Amino acid sequence: MYLKNSIRFVALILFQVLVLNSLNFGGYAYPAFYIYFILLLPFETAGWVMLLSSFFLGLSIDFFTNSLGMNAAASVFMAFSRSGVLNLLRSKREYELVAAPGIMDLGIKWFLTYAFMLILLHHTILLSLEVFSFAGFFQTILRIFLSSVATLVLAVVAQVLFYKPEKT
Amino acid sequence: MRNVLTFIWKNHFFFLFVLLEIISLVLVVKSNSYQGSVIINSTSDFTGGILQTLGSFGSVFKLRDSNTALAEENARFHNRDRNSYIITDTNTFYVNDTLYEQEFIYVSAKVISNSTNRRNNYLKLNKGRRHGITKDMAVVAPNGVVGQVIEVSDHFSSVMSVINKHSRVSAKLKASNQVGTLIWNGNNYRRGTLVDIPLHVQMRLGDSIITSGYSHIFPEGHLIGVVEDYRIEKGANFYTVDVAFTIDYNKVLYVNVIKSLHQKELQQLETYENQN
Repeated sequence: MYLKNSIRFVALILFQVLVLNSLNFGGYAYPAFYIYFILLLPFETAGWVMLLSSFFLGLSIDFFTNSLGMNAAASVFMAFSRSGVLNLLRSKREYELVAAPGIMDLGIKWFLTYAFMLILLHHTILLSLEVFSFAGFFQTILRIFLSSVATLVLAVVAQVLFYKPEKT
Repeated sequence: MRNVLTFIWKNHFFFLFVLLEIISLVLVVKSNSYQGSVIINSTSDFTGGILQTLGSFGSVFKLRDSNTALAEENARFHNRDRNSYIITDTNTFYVNDTLYEQEFIYVSAKVISNSTNRRNNYLKLNKGRRHGITKDMAVVAPNGVVGQVIEVSDHFSSVMSVINKHSRVSAKLKASNQVGTLIWNGNNYRRGTLVDIPLHVQMRLGDSIITSGYSHIFPEGHLIGVVEDYRIEKGANFYTVDVAFTIDYNKVLYVNVIKSLHQKELQQLETYENQN
């Protein structure tokens, strides 16, 4: 489990920096797909591990994109909110049977709600920090929404592509 | 004391969160101080090296367009070459090398990372301090201006793109020589905005906009774009001109970095002006 998550950590950073950052979606959407790592951390991950790994994940992205601190701040906030979001959605589903969040185990509706809430939180912080002013407020809102949708689509595609049934 | 420690330990998740957020925000604020987010780390040889080796895959897709641009530029240079001219009257041709002092030095470089989809866009080049690149040098591509160098490491340099919130380029209308400032409003990476053109100027759609040479960074006469539209904002004394960039920033691959040999001298004069 550790190995799998470490590989995902590195792979997502490289994918983000080398592929996604060089794509252009009309200037409005900036999919920060690297946070897929935080989405998929196992349920039982200790809080401090989650916060620290998210911090370094964001910081690594920052090093490549000349935006020191922005991705780190957004990722740490997302990791912090994750347990809250999980508790919020707990009433409908039981987590005991599976190790980590996933579309196949917990259903597409659950995953979409879970992922979109966290992605929206992350993108709101990231893109607001980037603009750092209230000028062009609605433009920023539009950017946040379109980017979040783009990231969500990527997350679902990744779920479908890389699904392997857990061996128990 | 023990109680405080127990309290912190019990809520370590929250305190760690606050601590990490504070670190992040300090980094954001500190790196935002001048000329956008300049981080020496980001131009460090490590990230630069990764971008160069792995990023070269992506450059294959841009090769066709950049080759065309380079070929066109070559043709232009051939046109200027002395071999392309026939000496018609030997009496009027007199070459005196002491008459011309070189003012700009061009260094070619390759783009190893680039962005167009952020509010603040930067590029990284594969040339750095060792190749003579220093801060505040201009960067141009064959078909338009690209930006200015904001940070250098030994092997790489970081360039603030024209499509950046902090970018200001002194530009002028080629037809009327009226000088304004080119900024980018963050909407569309193919369109810039030219401000500070006074109202008495006759504007025409399609006019070329070139660098003015007033900033001591860009040489005069590099193409930026063409006038696509212009309007007068309510109560303003100046035009707001929409500029269509001639260059597609998503496709720049090879650029020239320009060193202005007189930059220091001119800046020194300006500090005297400011003192008096």
